[in-house]
Amino acid sequence: MTAPLRPRRLAHRARTGHAALVYVFFYAPILLLVVYSFSADRLVGRWGGFTLDWYEEFWNNEQLTDSIAVSIRVAIFSTVVSVVLGTLSALALERFTFRGRQVFDALLYLPIIIPDVTMGIMMLVFFAEAIEIISPTYESIFGEPLTKGVNTIVVSHIAFNISFVSVVVRARLAGMDAKLEEASMDLYANRWQTFRFVTFPQILPGIAGGALLALTLSLDDVVVTQFASGPGATTLPVFVFSLIRKGVTPMINAVSVVMLAASLVLVVLMLVAERLRSDGVADTSRET
Amino acid sequence: MATPQFEVLAERQERRRGALLALPAFLYLLVFFVVPFAIVVVYSFATRTAQGSVELGGWNLDSYSRLSEQIVRDVLTRSLTLALITTLVCLLIAYPFAYHMTTVGPMARNLMLVFVMIPFWTNFLVRNYAWRLILVTDGPLSQSTEAVGLGTTDLLFTQTAVVIGMVYSFLPFMILPLYASIERIDRSLLEASSDLYASGRQTFRNVLLPLSMPGVVAGCILVFVPSLGAYVTPDILGGGKKVLLGSYIVTQFGTARNFPFGASLSVVLMVVMLTATIAYFRGGGRNL
Repeated sequence: MTAPLRPRRLAHRARTGHAALVYVFFYAPILLLVVYSFSADRLVGRWGGFTLDWYEEFWNNEQLTDSIAVSIRVAIFSTVVSVVLGTLSALALERFTFRGRQVFDALLYLPIIIPDVTMGIMMLVFFAEAIEIISPTYESIFGEPLTKGVNTIVVSHIAFNISFVSVVVRARLAGMDAKLEEASMDLYANRWQTFRFVTFPQILPGIAGGALLALTLSLDDVVVTQFASGPGATTLPVFVFSLIRKGVTPMINAVSVVMLAASLVLVVLMLVAERLRSDGVADTSRET
Repeated sequence: MATPQFEVLAERQERRRGALLALPAFLYLLVFFVVPFAIVVVYSFATRTAQGSVELGGWNLDSYSRLSEQIVRDVLTRSLTLALITTLVCLLIAYPFAYHMTTVGPMARNLMLVFVMIPFWTNFLVRNYAWRLILVTDGPLSQSTEAVGLGTTDLLFTQTAVVIGMVYSFLPFMILPLYASIERIDRSLLEASSDLYASGRQTFRNVLLPLSMPGVVAGCILVFVPSLGAYVTPDILGGGKKVLLGSYIVTQFGTARNFPFGASLSVVLMVVMLTATIAYFRGGGRNL
C-alpha cells in the first residue's frame, strides 16, 4: 500500500498548491483594490503614500451620496415585495397542486437564467410602451408627466428577485418535515394557525436568506437598472459604471471599497442565515 | 396518507388555495416579465422607420436576415469564441480544485466552500473594476512582471483582459456544480480502479470524468450563458474596442436606434439560453 501512495501524495500536494493559487486569484484583486484606495497617487494602481482624500472626495460628491440613497430605497422596497410574493409562490409550489403549476414553476425559473442584457432590453421597451399608454391619464390626475425613475427601477428589481426568493424558500420548505404541519392540523389547528405557529417559524431562516439574496442582487445590479432608470434617478452601481466609462479616478477606488464593505456585511449575514438554516434542517432530521 | 374525509370538496378547496397563493407572483410576472418578453419578440419582426422608430404592422424577417451580414457574423463569432474560451479556462481551473475539495476533511472542505462563496456574493461591478486597476498601464501587474524581469505587460483593453475578467466573475459557477457532482461519487470506485492497476490518468478518464459529467455539463452551461451575454466585463476591461454581442445589442437600442434588429439579437440570445437550460435539466442539472 505504501508504494502507490507516494505519487498520490505528490498529486495531493500539487492540488493543494493549485487551490492556493485559485484563492490568490480570487482575493488578490480585492485586496489590491482596498490597498490602492488609500494611495495618494493621482493615477490609479500606483502607490504614492497613504491618504484618505479619495474617501473625502467621495463623501462630498452629492451625486454619489444621492445615488446611494436611491440604491438603498430601491433595495428595501424591492426586497419587501419580492419576499412576500416569493414566499407565497414557494408555499404554493411546495405544498399544493393546482392548475398551471408546471407553467408557473417554469415561469419562475426564467428571470434567473435570462441574460442581464436581455432582461434590461425587455424593461426598456416595456416601460417605453407602458409610459406612452399610461402617461396622458397619469398627467391628468397628478399634473405631472410619468417618467422613469425609482418606481421603474423597483418594478424591474422585483421582477427578478421574486424568483430568487422563491428558490431559497422552496429549498427550506423541501428540507422541512411536512409531518409537522400534518400533526398541527390533526391537533385542530386551522390553516392559518398552522402556518403562523409551525410553518412560518420553520422557514424563517429560508425567508431571511432569500431576503438577503434579494438585497444583494438589488444592490449589485447594473445592467437591468441602467435600462429601467430615467435621467432623474440612478443607483450607485449604475452611476459608478458611468464614471468608470468616462475614465478611472482614485475616487472610484474609494467608492468600490465602500461597495465591497457593504457586500461583505451582507455575506456575513447570509452565512449566519445559512447556519441557522442547516441547523434547523439537521434538527428535524434528527427527530425523525 | 393524510387525505381528508370530504375528499372531492376538500381537494378542490386545496387546489384553489394553492392557485390563490401563486396568483400574486404569477400576475406580477405576467405583467412585468411575460409582456416585456412578448414586446421584444414582436419588435423583432417589426420594421424600422427612417426616423429610427418602430413600425408595427408589416411583419417581416428583415432583422433576422441581417444575422448573415459579415459584421454581425463577426460579432457573433467573436462572442462565441470568447465565451467558449472562458468556459474552457474555468473548467481547467475548477476541476482539480473541486476534486481537491472532496479529498480534504469536513472542516477544511466547509472553509474552502465559504471562501469560494464570498467572491460569488461580492459586488460584480467592483470585482471587474478591481481588474481594471490591476491591468492598467504601469499598474500592479505590469510592475511585478517588470520586477521579475519579464518586461512590462499591457493587457488592458485586450480580449485577454476580457477573458480574465469573465473567468474571475464566473469561476464559482463552475466550481460549485463540479464539487457537488464529484462529492457524490462513491470513492471506492476510484480505489477499485487503481487496485485493478489503472494509472491515475486512466482512472480519471474512465471513472472519475464520466461519473462527474453532470457537473461538467452544468458548470459549462452556467459559465457559457452569462459569458455569451456579458456586457459589463467587456465594457470595463475590453474598453468596447472589439464589439461583443451584449454591447452590440445595447447599441441597437442606443446610438444605432434599430430596435427591431436589437430585438432579434436578443431573441437569438434567449434561444441559446433556453436551449442550454433545457439541456441542463435533461442532464440532471436539477439534482445539483
